[in-house]
Amino acid sequence: MKRHASIALSVAVAALSSAQGKQLYGQYCVSCHGANGQGVAHGRTIGGAPQRIQEQQTGIGPSLRGVGALAADFYLRTGYMPLHRVGDQPRRARVLFDEAQIRALVAYIASLKKGPPIPKPRPDRGSLSEGLHLFTDHCAGCHQVVAQGGVVSGALPPPLESATDVQIAEAVRIGPYVMPRFTAKAITDRQLDSIVRYVDWVKHPDNRGGWAIGDIGPVPEGLVTWFLAAALLVAICVVVGRRLRHG
Amino acid sequence: MGRVRAFVVSGIVLLLGRGRRRPPKRAERVVPELPPDRSAETAALVLLFVAALFAAGFIVVYAVDSLPDHTQLLGAALGLSLLCIAAAMIIVGKRLVVTEELVEPYPPEEHPGEQDLIVQLVEESGDRITRRRLFKLGLGAAGGTLGLAALAPALSFGPLFQTKYFRGTPWRKGTRLVDENSRPYRASDIEEDDFYTAFPEGTSVAAREDLGAPIVLVRLPKSLLRLPPELAGYDAAGIVAYSKICTHAGCAISMYRAPLFQPDEPRPALVCPCHYSTFDPADGGSVTFGPAGRRLPMLPLSIDSKGFLRAKGDFDDEVGPTWWGTRIWRPEP
Repeated sequence: MKRHASIALSVAVAALSSAQGKQLYGQYCVSCHGANGQGVAHGRTIGGAPQRIQEQQTGIGPSLRGVGALAADFYLRTGYMPLHRVGDQPRRARVLFDEAQIRALVAYIASLKKGPPIPKPRPDRGSLSEGLHLFTDHCAGCHQVVAQGGVVSGALPPPLESATDVQIAEAVRIGPYVMPRFTAKAITDRQLDSIVRYVDWVKHPDNRGGWAIGDIGPVPEGLVTWFLAAALLVAICVVVGRRLRHG
Repeated sequence: MGRVRAFVVSGIVLLLGRGRRRPPKRAERVVPELPPDRSAETAALVLLFVAALFAAGFIVVYAVDSLPDHTQLLGAALGLSLLCIAAAMIIVGKRLVVTEELVEPYPPEEHPGEQDLIVQLVEESGDRITRRRLFKLGLGAAGGTLGLAALAPALSFGPLFQTKYFRGTPWRKGTRLVDENSRPYRASDIEEDDFYTAFPEGTSVAAREDLGAPIVLVRLPKSLLRLPPELAGYDAAGIVAYSKICTHAGCAISMYRAPLFQPDEPRPALVCPCHYSTFDPADGGSVTFGPAGRRLPMLPLSIDSKGFLRAKGDFDDEVGPTWWGTRIWRPEP
């Protein structure tokens, strides 16, 4: 009886949360993602809104039916959505919603159609060396091997230093913007644990030399040393030495 | 025991130089006499002993593993020690060692006729050789050919002898596509928005590094695909395969741009990380950005009755980087 009551309560809370989510959705998301999240293929003019440029633009956006809690959680907690300008690459920005609002919106998006839940990566189960191998194979081409981000034609792969474990796992499964999408067939959940572990490690690598110089790699680091040391040596020579007088 | 003590005592005496005989005083000094500079001496000595202390500190730090910032302390100890030695040397050089500048004229020539004599000697030594011009030719041939031999390895920079990799590839009609673990790819393995590297089945790991072996596989929605007429039918149910070697400088194409929402995002693209050459996989691998001068060679695909991916033939164009004349040769059908 007690169990039934708790189930009923959680269903009621979910329904309530979903209702609040629907209201938020109508306020912030509907102009680009359409009523009931079916997407907007043929744009219509929309006005300004919070965190959006204050001018008229054409609102188009993908369907959210079936993207699940996974994608909603990722886009809202990174501040990727609401998008500043339609057509821009989503970037890490101020998170517009508080915790309760995010939960409500995620619950609403998840209720639209059955979709993947928020992943639960377990980096402690992964292997760091396997993570390096997989990251080099699948991610380093764009994000660089130390996850500092980079440039591709048409987009800027972001650095991963502020990405949480859950966000890394979500991004791998979504493939935000022009990033490829990796299903559980291409990268298993266990392999994903290793990748997350590697990215966590690379946020704070053991800098044995002490001065990381932005982890830009051994060759530029060596160049910095040479330029500093060479300049210092020339300066000392100038101070110590004396020009010969030619008689 | 007594012998040991004698050794130690004599060692100390030798070390400190007690009782060392001084060299007899010369009648006239060569180096001008200057008064001693006690303060500079003291400074140099202090610096030397401090350098010794730092060097000893290096040994201590090296031995004690538990210190925090171990590497930094090691570097500091060694660096400061070297710095002190350098400072001591500068003081010794500038303040203690007596220096003076002297100008000395060239000495007069001692043997005036010698140069003419040498010329005469050389001329007369070669008197016995009768075929002088032939000798010069022989020397020139030997030296010149040796020089050419030294330059010959430079031919490896361009395809002059080893052109088979550029004109023939291991791909044949019916060759199955395998992944890096030699597992054959099924068409169902290839999903949209991801990309895969494949090799011809049956090639050794070493042969996979040949230019013609690796390909990149992507699956595109049929609606997006717009292959040019000469490449019609090269795809298999929307799966397209291209050489993984960029046509610009021969790097491996290791980036795939997979838009999540096509209407307002860039088109799908295969991108080379070296110079950002960007190819459109939906359009037969045409160049959309970057320095590549020609499109990616495409491999025709088919799906067999068991669902495995197979090549329908060789690439439609030469694989590998581009150089002058690359388009003269056509691959044999």
